[in-house]
Amino acid sequence: MTLRERWGRVLPHLVIWPPIVISCAYVLVFSAWTVWVSFTRSTLLPEYSWAGWRNYSTMLATRNWQIAYTNLFIYGVCFVVFTMAVGLLLAVLIDQRVRAENVYRAIFLYPLAVSFVVTGTVWGWLLNPTIGVQSLVRGLGWTSFRFDWLIDRDMAIYTIVIAGVWQASGFAMALLLAGLRSVDADLLKSAQIDGAGPVRMYLRVVFPTIGPIFIAVLVMLLQFAIKTYDLVVALTAGGPGLASTLPSVVVYDFMFQRGELAEGSAAAVMLLASLAIVLVPYGLYRRWQQRRAGSHA
Amino acid sequence: MPDRTGLARLAIHTTLILLAGFFLVPLLVVVLNALRSNSDIAHTGVIGLPRELTWSNFSRTWSSYCISEHCDGVQPYFWNSVRMAVPATAISTMLGALNGYSLALWRFRGDTIVFGIMTLGVFLPEQMRLVPWVIVLRDLGLFNTISGLVLIHTVQGISFTTLFCRNYYTSIPADLLKAARIDGAGFFRIFGRIVLPLSPPILIVTVIWQFTGIWNEYLYGVTFSAGEQQPITAALIALSARLSEAPQYGEQSAAVLLAAAPTLVVYLFGGRYFLRGLTAGAVK
Repeated sequence: MTLRERWGRVLPHLVIWPPIVISCAYVLVFSAWTVWVSFTRSTLLPEYSWAGWRNYSTMLATRNWQIAYTNLFIYGVCFVVFTMAVGLLLAVLIDQRVRAENVYRAIFLYPLAVSFVVTGTVWGWLLNPTIGVQSLVRGLGWTSFRFDWLIDRDMAIYTIVIAGVWQASGFAMALLLAGLRSVDADLLKSAQIDGAGPVRMYLRVVFPTIGPIFIAVLVMLLQFAIKTYDLVVALTAGGPGLASTLPSVVVYDFMFQRGELAEGSAAAVMLLASLAIVLVPYGLYRRWQQRRAGSHA
Repeated sequence: MPDRTGLARLAIHTTLILLAGFFLVPLLVVVLNALRSNSDIAHTGVIGLPRELTWSNFSRTWSSYCISEHCDGVQPYFWNSVRMAVPATAISTMLGALNGYSLALWRFRGDTIVFGIMTLGVFLPEQMRLVPWVIVLRDLGLFNTISGLVLIHTVQGISFTTLFCRNYYTSIPADLLKAARIDGAGFFRIFGRIVLPLSPPILIVTVIWQFTGIWNEYLYGVTFSAGEQQPITAALIALSARLSEAPQYGEQSAAVLLAAAPTLVVYLFGGRYFLRGLTAGAVK
């Protein structure tokens, strides 16, 4: 073998492996590193003396964490339910062979191209009682009108739901619409011959056949909800007080503002665990589905 | 399943138009406010038509506005984002295409495990990687530099781009490669002559998604850069924090618009591919 040939054989390996090794190591080593830090006594800088589960128990006992998880629950449920509902409504409406379908699609989907920072900032103005919707309605003559969720401790978390639904509905719409369009035409025709009206057609025939897409969208949205960070920072900064804080905000707060790297890392690991609760069952479900599809074929 | 009765059509169109209005409100508000004077906004709130068009908001915001004691406008931060997003998008797309190609078409032992780990990287929350990045960037001397952010977004991006490209390349028939290999074509020749010419659709999708994601990212930007090195998303937050004392919504709206413009333009021209990336990324 000449040198040239040997080089020709080695070169692909030199090109392929570094990025693959780096990105696998990135996922595994960085995760393991954070998990490790969460079991140490690190504060401002990482140090590696063992602390056991102490950071986890401290974190779980803080008010920040308890409020953040209650909020995540409220926000997660509301965000997913309303986004799915609006997305489904949009998909079904657009599915009625409306004119200018592409224009509507573009309008409902554009929020996805915009950053959470931009979304949060703008909704922050709209929902700000002194300059936004409240002042507009009062200016029109209804002087006792109140819409001050942004500064209301009990309602602040719902402002994040509003902005989140605005941003993500187009995403749900796009996937559900693709699903609606993929339903077998023969199936629809035979249902029509059986005399099913449009409502029954959707409820009995169309929706059940796109069940897997519903689940996929649901899982993606839950994942968004758990990871939500920028939106809160831009919209309410977690306030008033801690009223609209979320776990991701608490992680950052402990890591970089309080200089408690270990406790912040423990919070990050718990955030990952919440994500795993959603994603692992879904992964298993997908595998089960593929295996079933495989055995039927 | 069109329902052709007139009343139902009317209801469908009315609902769609109302919802479209709701979705457009934030964009309209920003565009209109960017053209209004601050006294006008202070008088009637952020929702309203401009009494007269104030174009100066844009020039002031772009080049002379003060953000945390630097009075160069949003311009430096905008260019920071460009210098961060463009190289990171290009490099991660290139590496993703190569990775996807070798994972999809040059099977090796353990390739599905490797692919599985990379896919996990897509779902792993950013918070899990912050502390290690702090240390890595410090040791490399890249803390508070644009190159540091390029590195982060490239490494992070490889997961996404590999996923996209690998899923696309698995549809290339294996016979095509076998024939090329019998003809004596090697790894790079097959990539250059067969795979790359088939790639434009997926590469466009990947570039659009990477660019949008990196441009819009905030957490890494705010954690690993400060002051004049920050990307525009972080600068926007700094701007609103400062302005909460003396709000100047006219300038701020112009800043928001400038921050959102690049990804909106990409979306406007590449909407079709945007959607394709969405379905590819989510359903697969």
